[in-house]
Amino acid sequence: MKIVVLPKQTFDTEAKITLDAAGKINREGVNLIMNPYDEFAVEEALRLKEKHGGEVTVVSFGGPKVPDILRQALAMGADKAVHVGDEGLEEIDEHTTATILAKLLRDLEYDLILAGWRAIDDGSAQVAGRVAEILGLPMVNMVIKLDIAEGKAVASREIEGGYEVVEVPLPAVITAQKGLNEPRYPTMKGIMQAKKKPMQKLTIADLGLGGEEVAPKVRARRYYLPSPRSQGKIITGEPAEAAAELVRLLREEAKVV
Amino acid sequence: MDFHIPEEILDMKRTIRAFIDKDVEACSRQIEEEDRIPPHLIDKARELGLFGMSIPEEYGGLGLSMLERCLLLEELGRANMGFVTYIAAHVGIGTTGIVELGSEELKKKYLPALASGEKLGAFALTEPDAGSDATNIKTTAVLKGDKWILNGRKHFITNAPEADVFTVIAVTDREKGARGGFTAFIVEKDFPGLSIGTIEKKMGLRGSHTAEVIFENCEVPRENVLGEVGRGYASALRILSRGRVMLAARCVGACNKLIELSARYAQQRVQFGKPIASFQAIQWMLAEMATETEAARWFTYRVAWMVDQGLPVIKEGAMVKFFASEVLNRVADKAVQIHGGMGYMKEFPVERFYRDARITRIYEGTNEIQRMIIARELLKEFEV
Ligand SMILES: Cc1cc2nc3c(=O)[nH]c(=O)nc-3n(C[C@H](O)[C@H](O)[C@H](O)COP(=O)(O)OP(=O)(O)OC[C@H]3O[C@@H](n4cnc5c(N)ncnc54)[C@H](O)[C@@H]3O)c2cc1C
Ligand SMILES: Cc1cc2nc3c(=O)[nH]c(=O)nc-3n(C[C@H](O)[C@H](O)[C@H](O)COP(=O)(O)OP(=O)(O)OC[C@H]3O[C@@H](n4cnc5c(N)ncnc54)[C@H](O)[C@@H]3O)c2cc1C
Repeated sequence: MKIVVLPKQTFDTEAKITLDAAGKINREGVNLIMNPYDEFAVEEALRLKEKHGGEVTVVSFGGPKVPDILRQALAMGADKAVHVGDEGLEEIDEHTTATILAKLLRDLEYDLILAGWRAIDDGSAQVAGRVAEILGLPMVNMVIKLDIAEGKAVASREIEGGYEVVEVPLPAVITAQKGLNEPRYPTMKGIMQAKKKPMQKLTIADLGLGGEEVAPKVRARRYYLPSPRSQGKIITGEPAEAAAELVRLLREEAKVV
Repeated sequence: MDFHIPEEILDMKRTIRAFIDKDVEACSRQIEEEDRIPPHLIDKARELGLFGMSIPEEYGGLGLSMLERCLLLEELGRANMGFVTYIAAHVGIGTTGIVELGSEELKKKYLPALASGEKLGAFALTEPDAGSDATNIKTTAVLKGDKWILNGRKHFITNAPEADVFTVIAVTDREKGARGGFTAFIVEKDFPGLSIGTIEKKMGLRGSHTAEVIFENCEVPRENVLGEVGRGYASALRILSRGRVMLAARCVGACNKLIELSARYAQQRVQFGKPIASFQAIQWMLAEMATETEAARWFTYRVAWMVDQGLPVIKEGAMVKFFASEVLNRVADKAVQIHGGMGYMKEFPVERFYRDARITRIYEGTNEIQRMIIARELLKEFEV
């Protein structure tokens, strides 16, 4: 079974977000990690490979540090990696990313494409869906359990008040939700082996793309930081009085009831 | 000169950090309360390959240079020191003897299981009457047929209750004493005549167990002599000197963690209407902690590099152990001070570090003994 995983490099969950002089998100000095939902996707791919045999390829589009997360995936056990660089692209959006990934995927063999259901930075949850759409593949989102048998994927997802079990023919796109698995750490030996595994570097031009095809359809007009959370208030006194005071404040100050 | 750290070592540090900050941290209170490391943590450390840090690749280890080992031990040093000691005593004094002095047979026999962490290594030199003065050991080994018969008592042996393979130093020729009369042996825990005494109740390093190892006509096969008969004292010194730079690396790692905890706490704790980090008294403490740690870090890398170049490190190894452990003790003291009353409470990790840091000035050669070695070497250099 051939599996392709699409991890994205994102800011560390603990990164402090600031804006630079141009009002853009400041990437300077920020620790970058593999998007945690994509870690679930990589882990699931490795477990499927361990069970059914096959090959796991990780593909990522992005800046010069992207090889760090690809090496992480290789160290976890993936077989090969492809990095499509973002050189020459000033602005991108989900359309850009999906167009590039889909173009590359046309040249790869796969039975299954795995990704995280969303990235923790922009949280748009669009790229995997767009890739599936461009390639004309079925897609199951936010999966917490996945079984593969006889050319089909049986995927469970949480829905309001219960679970939904979906069966799709392969090849298909599946996105991972928290709960799918517990990603492994790359082992020391895995890390040493990773550097001997193939990592291909491509440019957008190598894929025969450029210009309007990859121009973003969406443009962010302005970024701003959330206003700092104002201090909480502790209401003291007897429970009955405190409750009355709370209601009064909710009505008169917060104006929510 | 190149201060650049290879990508793959950075990747390893990243994995170790994630493991420490997530898995080990989550169990740290439990380790303190139960004086026991949860088995799943040890299993995970095995999976990651941490037990094979100082063992060559051909025997299943990671085949890292001393500098690389120190970079990883520094990262590991952030963790609960009892947990770190469990691994580091194995990686350092527990396995170095076989790696550096073992015959091909001994290496093939013991190293693969030690590298995977399936078996745990320990080092037994100290005795009740032979601490700083290791030349005074009383444990004897007498050759009878094709077996050495060991009798005596080692004490304060780290990991003794859990260890499978001991490197033991014993007297084989009382007349010759330390100069030609000691021999190192590889002793398995199941060899007849070996038993483990009660576990000591210590000030800190909870989770790491230290106990007596007792030999009563303990039979050791002849091929388990480590190095040459009569060269045991030199072997012990060599093993300890390797351990010293690795201990320094762990001290630096603990300092890193304490600085991080203190800098964060100082910005959150408000007194006199301001975060205490805004007071110069606190800032000076943080500045001193960071500066001393940085000096200890680069000194450690330098000595590790010297080991890798095959340069003698008798003096520098003693210096770096002495310096880094004293820096850690000063850093831990300041960390407690910055935390105020909270620094004295078990709720906060600095209290634990403060107790655990203390041992680093004592074991693997007290800091007085290190100063003695440094001065002796120095006076030799400038002999008149
Ligand atoms: C938790 C723990 C773990 C240990 N693990 C191991 C282990 O795994 N394997 C092992 O073999 N040993 C181990 N040890 C033993 C350790 O190495 C010794 O405790 C240490 O070397 C000091 O010896 P001592 O305790 O006998 O102290 P002593 O030698 O009695 O020293 C007492 C004091 O006298 C000072 N002193 C002694 N001689 C001189 C001198 N000539 N000049 C100036 N000052 C001097 C010392 O510096 C110290 O301050 C461990 C000890 C502890 C506490
Ligand atoms: C075991 C124990 C018993 C105690 N018993 C009692 C008791 O019986 N009764 C009682 O009332 N209290 C008691 N205390 C409280 C004790 O007096 C306080 O912990 C102590 O005064 C420090 O206050 P703090 O812990 O809030 O630290 P903080 O005031 O938060 O101090 C943190 C750090 O900031 C420094 N700092 C604070 N302000 C400044 C400044 N302006 N300039 C420079 N540095 C500054 C401090 O010196 C310290 O290093 C006890 C505490 C402990 C731990």
